[in-house]
Amino acid sequence: MAAEHQINAGFMPLFDSAVLVAAKEIGFAAREGVDLTLSRETSWANIRDRIAIGHFDLAHMLGPMPIACNLGLTPLASDTIVPFSLGLGGNCVTVSNTLWAGMAAHGALPDLNPARAGKALGALIRERANAGRDPLRFAVVHPHSGHNYELRYWLAACGIGPSREIEIVIVPPPFMADALAAGRIDGYCAGEPWNSASVVAGTGHIATVKATIWKTSPEKVVGVRKAWAEKHPEALSALLRALHHAARWCQDPANRGELAALMAQPSFLGLSPPLQMPILTGHLALGGGAERTVEDFFLPFDKAANFPWKSHALWFYTQMVRWGHVAHTPENLAIARDCYRPDLYRSALKPLGVALPGANSKVEGALASATPVGSAGASLVLGPDGFFDGQIFDPDEVDAYIAGQKLARAEA
Amino acid sequence: MIRKSLTVLVIDENHIRASIIEAGLREAGHEQVTVVHDVAGIARRIAEIEPDVIVIDLENPNRDMLENMFQLSRVVKRPIAMFVDRSDQASIEAAVEAGVSAYVVDGLRQERVKPILDMAISRFNAFSRMARELEEARSELEDRKVIDRAKGILMRSRGLSEDAAYTLLRKTAMNQNRKISEIAQSLVTAAGLLDPGES
Repeated sequence: MAAEHQINAGFMPLFDSAVLVAAKEIGFAAREGVDLTLSRETSWANIRDRIAIGHFDLAHMLGPMPIACNLGLTPLASDTIVPFSLGLGGNCVTVSNTLWAGMAAHGALPDLNPARAGKALGALIRERANAGRDPLRFAVVHPHSGHNYELRYWLAACGIGPSREIEIVIVPPPFMADALAAGRIDGYCAGEPWNSASVVAGTGHIATVKATIWKTSPEKVVGVRKAWAEKHPEALSALLRALHHAARWCQDPANRGELAALMAQPSFLGLSPPLQMPILTGHLALGGGAERTVEDFFLPFDKAANFPWKSHALWFYTQMVRWGHVAHTPENLAIARDCYRPDLYRSALKPLGVALPGANSKVEGALASATPVGSAGASLVLGPDGFFDGQIFDPDEVDAYIAGQKLARAEA
Repeated sequence: MIRKSLTVLVIDENHIRASIIEAGLREAGHEQVTVVHDVAGIARRIAEIEPDVIVIDLENPNRDMLENMFQLSRVVKRPIAMFVDRSDQASIEAAVEAGVSAYVVDGLRQERVKPILDMAISRFNAFSRMARELEEARSELEDRKVIDRAKGILMRSRGLSEDAAYTLLRKTAMNQNRKISEIAQSLVTAAGLLDPGES
């Protein structure tokens, strides 16, 4: 069948571009009549620029990035919407061997426990401050990223002031391991395989992971230029169906070997297939011979991973407010809420008769265990979705949540 | 009124391209041009130079780091925006297509910055053209080498003359609707596999 729809998409060399890559390479896009062209980019800024001038119709984006664009926080921002999420989890906090040794001396264990690791890090930070040493330097991939916000959330919940007691800098993901090895940074929060890369090189230790800081939490999304989406609703729907099938394929353990080999190709990640396996199995080497299997470490499909929950967008918004990226106003809140588009996801997938959440938002952190929920079509399981500090985010109580954060920050 | 000439910082890991841009800017009368190839320590350099315009290639993976730095007022004294006028969509498109981006300090007028951006765009395009031509010349040379080796293999193994060997390669390529160099490469690879002594 000749392709009915031509779609240009950009992606960054990170494992969570896998659903887009599989849609193209395994043929799901072609089956939906979509001729999908993928272009690998070198920075999120390039992705944003190429979306803005129309080189790309859509792209692999950091979850908060389209919100930041619509809020006018970035140069060359264009109206961007999110009709699909590319997965939950997948990030780690990796620290240098030296920093890990210091944390271990203050009680950190190789068990990925965020509270224990954070407590040890806090003790070490105060010890260093008392000795008059420079603050530790952590890196994240972008200011408007899940990485930045979950790192800050983790630190703040452990009583560490992320803006005051450490320095946070921006480093592109493929450079993280080198920067750590060279001592330019003491730790970083990044997606896989860039954490395992440091562990394999013997230069880093995974201290904790996104999937324990906030279980089944949002990460990358498909950001679509709004003007394009409005002009090409059928192309977008066809692509969303292709991405749905691709995501299901990526989640299936039977396809892990093939997916790892695909992502290992030089045009995608260019790292060996074994380095792609930790994110797929959740079985992580932490450094120093320690290993751990993390439940729901990365979910490209299960637990409604592709549903663009408005509560995810709103949580990102609360963190933008918390760290001074944007002022909290009713207008800004509405911009954040309108950025994620579960209606588009639902209408594209409805003909498939698959499980679709009935609500657009959910209370984040409310499910202590995997729970079947009401949905249109087949059955759907969500959660556990808890924050490690036991906090709950109710998207109907954004004001109270923001006020509570302000208070916690004043105390931190 | 004589205005102070603008200070331009060019960040480009590609030394040749950076010199081409620098030369262009100097020819156009911009005296204060600094070129940086490595972004290590860039915050300090920017604080020292206080550039009015920063030109950077889009292939540079450190754009996210730089943009974040521009937004932190303690590193950079004056606010920096990308391009000078967002309404100038044509310029922005031309820049992104050429693979270059520019950041300018707030308050600069478009007519002062546009010539610099236009210069950067044209030099980037010229460089790409030159790189493409070089690449074509290089691959042509490679093709010729592999065709020569394939001819040699055919001449030895089939006892053909050089002309006959070339004719056979060309005929095969036409029949399979492929390039002669591709047929030659397959033959060289196959010969290498069959007889390690041959390669």
